[in-house]
Amino acid sequence: MMFAAAAIAMLATTALAMVRALAGPTVFDRIAALNMVGTKVTLLIVAAGFLIDRTDYLDIALTYALINFIGTVAVLRFYRVEAENPRGDSA
Amino acid sequence: MNLVLDIALLALMGIVAIAIIRLRDLVAVTMLASIYSLLAATMFVILDAADVAFTEAAVGAGISTVLMLAALNLTGFTEKAPLRSAFVPVLIVIATGLVLGYGMMDLPRYGDPSAPIHLHVAPKYLQDTGPEIGIPNVVTAVLASYRGYDTLGETTVIFTAGLGVTLLLSGRRRRRATPESSS
Repeated sequence: MMFAAAAIAMLATTALAMVRALAGPTVFDRIAALNMVGTKVTLLIVAAGFLIDRTDYLDIALTYALINFIGTVAVLRFYRVEAENPRGDSA
Repeated sequence: MNLVLDIALLALMGIVAIAIIRLRDLVAVTMLASIYSLLAATMFVILDAADVAFTEAAVGAGISTVLMLAALNLTGFTEKAPLRSAFVPVLIVIATGLVLGYGMMDLPRYGDPSAPIHLHVAPKYLQDTGPEIGIPNVVTAVLASYRGYDTLGETTVIFTAGLGVTLLLSGRRRRRATPESSS
């Protein structure tokens, strides 16, 4: 029951983060929303794993956390490179 | 509970897909595509396809986001308004979707143990993986051990392709940088 409530809460926060990704005026709002969705999805997998008694989902969730972190760093690094030598129309 | 998760995830994916079609800001579209991939990967985990989910998360949400941003850096960040109406393409897409849905009706039920795919080699793998290899996840055992050479070959191909693309792109940057800057 507790895990079900947690999973539903994760879904709700994912939806809220997605609202920010859809509305976000600047690129950085969207990057933060992307990172947020990644984190919430990771936690959702953990909650779902405990919910259906598949605790090996924890490993999957760990890998997701790593991928999410690397992805966000890559995107931000890309924007730093873009800000240092702007080329033509920048965001 | 699984049903609630399925419905919620698919609804979010639908919203993201419609937003991707409507938006003209391509950086936002790239971020939304990444979110779509994450949701799809979660869907795969809940359908118990961990290896597909890993691929989706790593490629869809990780690499392709960065590649898309790099491509946008060369082409521009906004999409031009369409010149023609989208009526015929929408009609074709809907027709294709209906045909695919009709085809899905012939598929065996999800998780049906008497489906043809579960009767051919699957029982042998399920029976022998434990004693032969000792990896609890049979799909991982098939990918990494029974078809180990196949996976090694795929990895080699992808690595070579990445190496080639990197070499091509680095050559381009050097040529571009010489006339522009002195440093």
